[in-house]
Amino acid sequence: MFKDITLGQYYPTGSVIHRLDPRTKINFTFAYIILLFVVNNPVGYLIAIGILALVIALSKIPFVYVARGLKPLIFIVVLTFVLNMFMTPGQVLWQWKFLHISRQGLKLSIFMSLRLVLLVTGTSIMTLATSPMDLTDGMEADMSVIPGIKRFAHDLAMMMSIALRFIPTLMEETDKIIKAQKARGADFETGNLIERAKALIPILVPLFVSAFRRADELATAMEARCYRGGAGRTRMYVLSYQKADTIAYVVLAATAAAMILSRFISYPWPFPFN
Amino acid sequence: MNEQTAYIKHQSPSGEPIIRVENLSYAYPVEDENQEPKQALSDINLTVNPGEFVGIIGHNGSGKSTLSKILNGIIVPDSGDAWIEGMNTKDAEKIWDIRKTAGMVFQNPDNQLVSSVVETDVAFGMENLGVPSDKIKEKVTEVLDMVGMSDYRKARPHQLSGGQKQRIAIAGILAMKPDCIIFDEPTAMLDPNGRGEVMKTILDLNRNHGMTVLHITHYMSELVNADRIVVMDNGKIVAVGTPREIFSKVAMLKKIGLDVPQMTELAYLLRQDGYDLPQDILTIREMVEALCH
Amino acid sequence: MSLKIEHLDHIYAAGSPFEFQALKDINVELEDGCFIALIGHTGSGKSTLIQHLNGLIEPTSGTVYLDGQDIFDQSKEDLIKTRFSVGLVFQYPEHQLFEETVAKDVAYGPKNLKLPEDEIHERVKWAIEMVGLDYGKIKDVSPFELSGGQMRRVAIAGVLAMRPKVLILDEPTAGLDPHGRDMILGQIQKLHKAAHNTVILVSHSMEDVGRYADRILVMYHGKAVYYDTPTQVFRHVDELEKMGLAVPQVKYLMRALKKQYPEINDDLFTVEDARDEIERVLGREHHV
Repeated sequence: MFKDITLGQYYPTGSVIHRLDPRTKINFTFAYIILLFVVNNPVGYLIAIGILALVIALSKIPFVYVARGLKPLIFIVVLTFVLNMFMTPGQVLWQWKFLHISRQGLKLSIFMSLRLVLLVTGTSIMTLATSPMDLTDGMEADMSVIPGIKRFAHDLAMMMSIALRFIPTLMEETDKIIKAQKARGADFETGNLIERAKALIPILVPLFVSAFRRADELATAMEARCYRGGAGRTRMYVLSYQKADTIAYVVLAATAAAMILSRFISYPWPFPFN
Repeated sequence: MNEQTAYIKHQSPSGEPIIRVENLSYAYPVEDENQEPKQALSDINLTVNPGEFVGIIGHNGSGKSTLSKILNGIIVPDSGDAWIEGMNTKDAEKIWDIRKTAGMVFQNPDNQLVSSVVETDVAFGMENLGVPSDKIKEKVTEVLDMVGMSDYRKARPHQLSGGQKQRIAIAGILAMKPDCIIFDEPTAMLDPNGRGEVMKTILDLNRNHGMTVLHITHYMSELVNADRIVVMDNGKIVAVGTPREIFSKVAMLKKIGLDVPQMTELAYLLRQDGYDLPQDILTIREMVEALCH
Repeated sequence: MSLKIEHLDHIYAAGSPFEFQALKDINVELEDGCFIALIGHTGSGKSTLIQHLNGLIEPTSGTVYLDGQDIFDQSKEDLIKTRFSVGLVFQYPEHQLFEETVAKDVAYGPKNLKLPEDEIHERVKWAIEMVGLDYGKIKDVSPFELSGGQMRRVAIAGVLAMRPKVLILDEPTAGLDPHGRDMILGQIQKLHKAAHNTVILVSHSMEDVGRYADRILVMYHGKAVYYDTPTQVFRHVDELEKMGLAVPQVKYLMRALKKQYPEINDDLFTVEDARDEIERVLGREHHV
């Protein structure tokens, strides 16, 4: 019953963010990640949080859904926070035995963990608001303008889209093989590590055999439909920028400018941050 | 009739038959030199004319799938030739024209769909042929309608039943505007409902859209409506004829391990016991009429 | 061994938007030593039901008793033992082959059962011969070099080697040609007659069902609708058709003939029986 698992985490709402060209979303996210490493002050972070909040609001995806993407990272975020807080040398604000918190440590721990949270939320909002197919198309289009990887762009994108197509099929198949071997008395749960690893052979071998058979048949079927690589190929949906994409790029430029400029302002803030 | 009329081609452009096979032989290569190579096809001759529905029947290993692979240029025959509208399948330069002219639908419904969305899968062949975007969209709408799958345009293949997946595969081939479709056991992996759906689609294409069909199967019942049936055994053609001619050869069919429609078999058994029944009874109604005349 | 299914319910993805009730209050007692056919269109719950019978999936509520023992209320070791008593052959079982040789693959089940070497050997030989293959010729061959029909039979042998008291087969003839189909069903029937094991055959072919089954269990929308002899079940022609099923061709013919010859017995499903009955009623010389 793997049939209804949605791939990646696409959450369709039909919002303006969803309707943006996938290239816009990929480029925006990419730029956003770089900007997160450029920013070094509270104002810059406020802008970063603000723009992300705006995108989430526009996407109409429930906030809990977006936040869910952070769950597996809580540990790393906390660890980053704690390590930076206690391990950074500098002007000591508080000390207890060998533990100390420095002014620089406090700043670094807040900024570093915030950066992580924003980075993950930013990429997950992109995958939530872009279907895997669009994502592949967008990456193909983006890659094909970069010299060097240009000639692999189509092949990589085709591989990705075939993988997307076959993941549900292979998951179902794995489930079936596991059950079939269990019906022959296989026991995957008891025994030491080596025994358990060995117990996986009756699953992995049939799975690989099947994957190769599928690949072979699919290749034949693709050739029978005149597939011969990317040259001379057209697409049913040609990516084209709309007005919303222009607006998105303008917003991106403004945000980038503001975030970079924020580095050059000195802050008469009551924070112990300089 | 609207633009679908374009499918009706009772005369191929070259005036040639759509499929012509002459003295075709093929043996699969063996790794071990001491092993005797198994002759998959020996001296096959076959012609399929525009608009025909020809069935090829035979048990597994009779050579019928090898034949279809040769017709699609996937394997090259050892001797003899196969032509698709006058193009020799050995001619490497013509391979894409051949594949575009004689489209092919395969057995496993999962392993021939490329895309995770139905409409882009149907578009795949046209994209490969370099058809412009707006033409693709039009054609996708048209062919999905022809196979009765318009409601599933945005669906994902793994959510469809086997019969529906095969109809999508058929739509993907139709979109390339072939003159002929070769069906290589498209129903072997389907349940009775799926088989019914696919056979209905194939018959509709042949009857109402003039599509030339070469249907390979081991289900006799699927060929009741064929114009001609070719029976294969051990790499050879053992009989050619109309469904009634073929089905009445009950003893021969049973000998080579094929099924006969139950009514035909019953007529055969009763005839053996002296009943005066026609040899070519296919349906229940014909049997009732013959017994209660 | 008798299998008693009591108030069995199964709900997939309960509580999610994809919630789907696959089984609804199934109550059936499958008698020991019967050849039972399980029929129903795709999605009627057949596969879900048979996977409960050897404990591969757990019921949402209700349970299954194997000779009085609740199979879901026992230790994990005992549950694995249950799987040896109730052998399940999945659809396209050749997709589970993994060993280097046929003999090793067939031995996988008995090995899991931790039987002594000589008994494993004896069972492997027996099982391979049971499915109509030549043990001496095939035992050291890689299963991946066999033909489709042979691979299927090796995979079935892999389950037979566990000597299950109840043998469940999910469409064992799917994708095979008529010859391969007759071969497999013939072997299963031979084994059933010799060992008096219980056989549960999932099938879409009413002709095969009519030919082999003592009992038919009909599933529809997750419910067990009929459980009776073929004669009784196939009398429900109209109801079965509404469920997307059919009855054997011969049954339709005999029903049509009964209108003309009221004395004809129309509870027949095979071509041979039909011939005998037609000759009995119409007379041998009738049409000569």
